[in-house]
This record gives sequence, structure tokens and C-alpha cells, in this order.
Amino acid sequence: MNVIVILLGVSLTIAIGFLIAFLWSVRSGQYEDTYTPSVRILLDDVDNKSQNNTAEEKVREKDDGQQS
Amino acid sequence: MLKSGITDTPPEIQDKHEQKTRLVCAHCGLDCPNDSVHLGDLYFCCQGCKKVYELLHANEMCAYYDLNEKPGITPQQDTSNLKYGFLDEEEIQQKLKEFSDGTTARVTFHIPAMHCASCIYLLERLNQLDSAITNSRVNFVRKELTLTYREEERSLREVVELIASLGYEPRIRLEDVEKKGRKDDRKKLYMQIGVAGFAFGNIMLLSFPEYLAHGTESVETFLRNLFVWVSAILSIPVVVFSGQDYLTSAWKGLRHKVVNLDVPISLGILALMGRSWFEIISGVGVGYFDSLSGLIFLLLLGKLFQAKTYETLSFERDYTAYFPVAVLKKEIDCERSVPVMSLEPGDRIVIRNQELIPADSILIAGDGAIDYSFVTGESQPVPKENGDIIYAGGRQIGEAIELDVIEKVSQSYLTRLWNHDSFTDQETRGTASLANRISKHFVAAVLLIALGAFLLHLPSDAGLAFQVLTAVLIVACPCALALATPFTLGTTMRIFGRNDLYLKNADVVERMAHVTSLIFDKTGTLTQSGTGEIQRIGEELGEDQLSLVKSLIRHSTHPLSMRLYAGLQAPVHPVVENFREYPGRGIEGIVQGQKIRVGSRTFTGAGDITDNIGLENLVGETHFSINDVYSGGFRIQTQLRPGLQGLIDRLKQRFNLALLSGDTEREKELLQPIFPNDTPMQFNQSPHDKLQYIKSQQKEGKKVLMVGDGLNDAGALQASHVGIALTEDVTAFSPASDALLDANTLGELDRFLCFSRIAVRIIIAGFVLSFLYNIIGLSFAVAGKLSPLVSAILMPASSISVVAFATFYTRWRAKMYGLRI
Repeated sequence: MNVIVILLGVSLTIAIGFLIAFLWSVRSGQYEDTYTPSVRILLDDVDNKSQNNTAEEKVREKDDGQQS
Repeated sequence: MLKSGITDTPPEIQDKHEQKTRLVCAHCGLDCPNDSVHLGDLYFCCQGCKKVYELLHANEMCAYYDLNEKPGITPQQDTSNLKYGFLDEEEIQQKLKEFSDGTTARVTFHIPAMHCASCIYLLERLNQLDSAITNSRVNFVRKELTLTYREEERSLREVVELIASLGYEPRIRLEDVEKKGRKDDRKKLYMQIGVAGFAFGNIMLLSFPEYLAHGTESVETFLRNLFVWVSAILSIPVVVFSGQDYLTSAWKGLRHKVVNLDVPISLGILALMGRSWFEIISGVGVGYFDSLSGLIFLLLLGKLFQAKTYETLSFERDYTAYFPVAVLKKEIDCERSVPVMSLEPGDRIVIRNQELIPADSILIAGDGAIDYSFVTGESQPVPKENGDIIYAGGRQIGEAIELDVIEKVSQSYLTRLWNHDSFTDQETRGTASLANRISKHFVAAVLLIALGAFLLHLPSDAGLAFQVLTAVLIVACPCALALATPFTLGTTMRIFGRNDLYLKNADVVERMAHVTSLIFDKTGTLTQSGTGEIQRIGEELGEDQLSLVKSLIRHSTHPLSMRLYAGLQAPVHPVVENFREYPGRGIEGIVQGQKIRVGSRTFTGAGDITDNIGLENLVGETHFSINDVYSGGFRIQTQLRPGLQGLIDRLKQRFNLALLSGDTEREKELLQPIFPNDTPMQFNQSPHDKLQYIKSQQKEGKKVLMVGDGLNDAGALQASHVGIALTEDVTAFSPASDALLDANTLGELDRFLCFSRIAVRIIIAGFVLSFLYNIIGLSFAVAGKLSPLVSAILMPASSISVVAFATFYTRWRAKMYGLRI
């Protein structure tokens, strides 16, 4: 019987922990925009790619220059 | 603006392009009028687009074009220096800035043009374009951009001009400047849902032994008491925090002697809570804490769903949105752009052609011709002379005038007028409040039934009596009634928006369903002149004379004048004196000392000659005279809008049709075959005549829908039951109208009208559904056969079923009807 009381306390503590985490996430504005971050994470790749591309182009141009 | 750019091209040139390849702008994807603007093998529709491309290319940000097909927005051409001049004002800056410490500042702009991943890419990389911008963040859902920038290097105005030059023009309005912070409401709702959901879940778990051991005494007393008391404690924040909005709203309503929808909900919550605490304290039962928290949780979820729907449906209709944010203020040696809110009595302001008068003022210099269609619906300009008082809300037509402000903006006549309840359409209240009236009676009825049932059961079984009271209060769901209307109308409004009919508000749908007569304006509505060929009547004119005429017609908004202005190649003299518009006839003014008149035949003294033009084509004519000598005119080919014949054929079966035209009767023969024989056709109608015609029809009990171009029939649009302004460009807003219809979609008008009738039938079906539910639910509850727990599940279930029915059934019907959803 006692174990049920302990379990009750533990489960409530965990649940309250989650509740606090949720309230914190709301307060810190994580629910204000649920769309943009999903796009933003992909745009970082685009940046890297285009930078790599331009870097490669520069290298190629240099090579071309040396060959001629 | 954009579309007229395409349609301005004469048809033969477009054909040529189609024979070659259609030139599509590499930036914005619009058709290029010609191939003059290009960069290598990339073509652009205008210099603005090219500039943006070059800028992005120079900064290695061409990934913008990879993310989405032709994502660009054509930048506005007329970015005059004064446009953002008001941002130099300290006062406005302070209101706009969320944070500023002298070195860095943060601002948030609303950018309506934001539409795809490319926009996010570009707007979040503004720091690559301008190093003074340290950080930029997009909220795509709200179409907001938050910027941090170094104030020492850039002024707010420069930052805004940079964004605008990319095509992402921020919308800065008085209401943004005046009030901020509706954001916290949503945060609070999320937190309330979180708390209620947390309590609901835990209390359900704690109630499990009770559910399983229903009726038996197998649960140990200690545990049972412990569980019940923990549940009771968990339910306290649910009522106090999560349910507080319902309780305070009901309390406020009662204090103002209004029984609103929150009253039965609050009574239900309080009855449930009171009964539960009574039961556990007296030891007769375990209470209904699970129902209590579940009820509030589900109610809040419904509220969030509703709020989200409304957010996506939001339509700009705040009157402040029509006001210019800044006004040109005249000081001793210069003219300066200032915010309208900072105007003080005694200030001297300059109002140019087509600008709104922001505050009550006295005319000091110039000839005033004030169009009060914003306020009174009467679009005939009122002439004003020096010393006359001009009230706010008028629009100057003609030359620039100087005014002395006599009253501050916020106290002005116009603000009072617009805020005044009686000015809002009286018809609106008659029809749209149907749901409200029903719910009011409904609430009273429910309270009576609950009380009756309570008293009925009280003598025999006190416990049952409380249970019945609570069950009745909760199971009765006026929400379902209240939700049927907004969700059906809201969905319909959104579907119409997808199909290029933009409604001022959702009530317009209901009004559209009641329409019995349709009245069309001719010029600019049934006919279009945007692509028409211009022919000279009479002798060729020298460039001097052409430029005199062109200078004058610059001030006119008549469709023919606008076509002519775009088509004539001549320089423009900026100063036009004694500008006057004779509505329905023409305009007059003195340019370079010469008196010019442009308008109808009789107006320009040509006499009523009909020369040998055939009537196989619709033709618009504009004539002009110089120094009272008739000097010929122009003939502009106008065409009927596509799909018109079919539209009229379909409409004539259901509606009374009529035609009003400001032009001469000569086109009657052309229009006659399109319309049924008995159609009334009125020609030579001034805006005032049109208004009178609408009123006379309304006196006969007809519900009139007027379709016009919103320019010279604003009064008629305002007076009619539903006023639809046709527009080539949906960003132009005519406040007198109830709806804006994309001109190319005119042929679909009958569908919209029929669908609005379907929408009203769906609302009625929703009401029936809701009533059935309530009658069944209430009869079970009164008989004491429904526990509050079941009621608490049924009640939100009914709301959701009505909302789902309203939304999905409307969408389904729209799909069946061939509308885009």
C-alpha cells in the first residue's frame, strides 16, 4: 500500500516536471512560430552548398588560369 | 498594379511574344512587356526586378532563386523619398522600436508580401546585404520580420527602404504604432491548456480505481480518500487559472446585465466544483473532479482551435488602416513629413491629389474638391473655398491644397463617426445576429430547465438534484449554436478568397445569400479598356497639345482616362490650376495658361454628331477642347469582359438585372442582346443618380447587389445591400464596398452567389444538428439519466461535431461546386 503512495508522489513529481518544462517552453516563445524553424534548418544547408560551390568555382578558375 | 502592367500591352504585341517565346521575368515570374530589360540571357519585367537580382547576385545569394520557382516580388516603382520620411520622426521611431539602447535597436515589421521559403532565406540573410543589420528573424506564420541593427550606422528609415527596395514592403500602420502586445494572449491560452491537460490526465489516472470499482467497496478507504483529495487539490489551479476567463467573462456580463454564452458554462463549472467539494467534505461521494478538469481542458482546446481559425481569416478592416500614417507638414522654410498623430491645432499641412484629410482643418490655399465617399458614401466632390472647414476623412480631388489643422486627429469627426455604432451597416445587425438572439433565449431557457429539474428532484433525492442541475447546465451547449455561423461563414469567406473574391467580413456571405437584384455598372465593370487600342478622332495634334491634355487627365481616375494616360506619349506639366471634375461629364483645368476640358462630346462642345463608326465594337470616346475650341478626341476600343455572356445567361434565371452607365445611350444596342429584354438600362447616370436608383430599388423591398469599379460609384456601392468593387489589383481597397472581386473572375459571380445560399443552408443544418443534440441531451439530463461526466464529454463533442460539420461540409460542397478550396 505504501508503495502506491510513493508511486503517486513520484508520478506526480515527474508530471509536474513536464508541466514546468511545457510552461517554460511557452514562456520562452517556442510556440510562437511553428513553421519557420522547419524551413530555416534546411536553409543552412543551402548556404553551405552555395559557399562550397563558389569556392569550387574559384579553385576551378584558378586551375584554368594556370593551365592557360 | 502588376496585372495592369501586363494588360497594358496591346494585344498584337502579346501575340508576337507568344509566337516567339513568352518572356518571363527571371526575378518575379511575370510576363515581360518587352525584351528591353535584360542581363545576359536573363530577362526582367522592370528595372526594379533587375536591380534586386543584381544585388543578390553580387552578394552570392542566388540560392534565393533555387529554393522556389521565380520567388521575387516586383518592387514598387514610386518609392518617392517622402514615402518613408515619417520614419525620421523621433516619436514614431520610439513607438516602432521594441528595444533601443542608443547603439542597437530592434524592430518588428509586418511584411504581407512574404510567401515562400525563398523569402525566409533572403530576409534572414539581410546582414549579408547590409552589415549594419546584425540579426533578422522571420515569423512566417505571422508574416513578421524582427530586425536588430546598429543605430549609429543606419537609421530606421534606411533599413525600411532597404527592405522595400527588395520588394518586401513593410506595412506600417497607425494601429501598429498605437498598440502592441496581443501576443501574450496566445501564450496564456497555451499555458492554461497545459495546466488543465496536466490536471485532467492525472485526475483521470487517480480516478481509475473508482471507475473500475464502480458501486463496490473494494477500494481501501485510505487510498480512496488520498486519491480524491489529491484530485481535489489538482483541480484548484484548473478552475482558478485555466477557467478564469470563463468566470470573469460571465461575471462581467452579469454586471452589465447581459447573459452571455459564458454564463451557463461558468454556472456548470461552479456547480460541478461546488458539488464535488461538498461530496468529499461531507464524505458522501468522490466528486467529479475528472469531469471538471476535462470540461475546462476541452473547452480551452476548442477556444484555441477557434482562435487559430480566426487568425488565418483575419482581414484588414480597421478604419485606421485607411489613414495615411504621415502627412506633409509645411514649416516656415520647408515641407516635412510628420506622423498624423503628432498634428496639433494650428499646424499647416499640404494635401495632394487623392490624399486623405487626416484631421478637421480650414482650407488656406488652393481649390478644394473634397470627396467624402469614405464617410457618407457620396462620391461627388464638394467644392471648398478658402476659409471653409474641411472634415477629416475626405479625399482631395485635384490640385494640392494647404490646410490649417483645427482639431487633433484622435478627436476628429471621422474617428467619432467610424467608432459610432449606428454608422455600421444596420442590415448587418438584422441578419447576422440571428445566432446571438437564439443563444440569448437559449441561455434563459437552459437556466429555467435546469432550475425546474433541480426543484423537481430536490424533495426526493438531494444528491440526484445537484447532479441533474450540473448535467443540464453542462450538456446544454449553446456553443454549438454560436459556432455554426462563424465557422460556416468563415470557411466560405476563405474559399471565396481563394477564388479571388475578397469579403470585408464574414457577414457579407449572409447578405449575399439574400440578394434578389443585381445592378451592374458599365464602364470598367462590364467593359474593359485596359488593352484597348487608341484611335485619334480628328486631326493629328502636336506634342504641345498632347502634353496639355495628358497633364489634365493625370488627375482623373476614370478607366478611359487611365488608359489614355498610359497610352499617350507626351511630357506632363506638373501644375494644373482650377482643376474641376464634373462627374459623369468630364474634367476641366488650366494647364500652362490654357483652359483644357476633357470629357464627353457635349461637355467639350463637339455637338452631338455621330460619324460613321460602326457599332460592331464597343467604343469609349474621350473628347477634349483647348480654350473652349473643340479639338477632336480619342476613341478607345473597349471589350466586354470575358465570360460575361455566360454569366448573364445564368444570372437572369434567378435575379432581376439592371444596368447603370455613366456613358451615352449609343451602346444600348450592343448590350441589349446580352441582357434579357426587360432589363432596365439607365444611361447618362451621374454617381448621384446611381445612388438614387439603388435607393428606389431598395424601397421596393429588393435586396440589391451592386457591381461597380468602386471609383465613381462609391456611393451606390455603400448604399446597396452588397457592394462589390471590381478590381484589376486586389491591393487597392475601396472602403465603401463590401467585397473586392478580381476583374478576371467576374464570370464566376453567379457561383459565388449560389454558394452563399448553400452556406446559409449549411448554417441552418448546423442549427438543426445542434438543436437535436440539445433536445436529446437535455431530456436525458433532466430525467437524471446522464452523469455530469458524460455531459462533460458530450458537450465539447457536440461543439466539435458542429464545427467539423460546418467546416468540412462547406469545403466539400465547395469542392463539388468546382471552387478552389
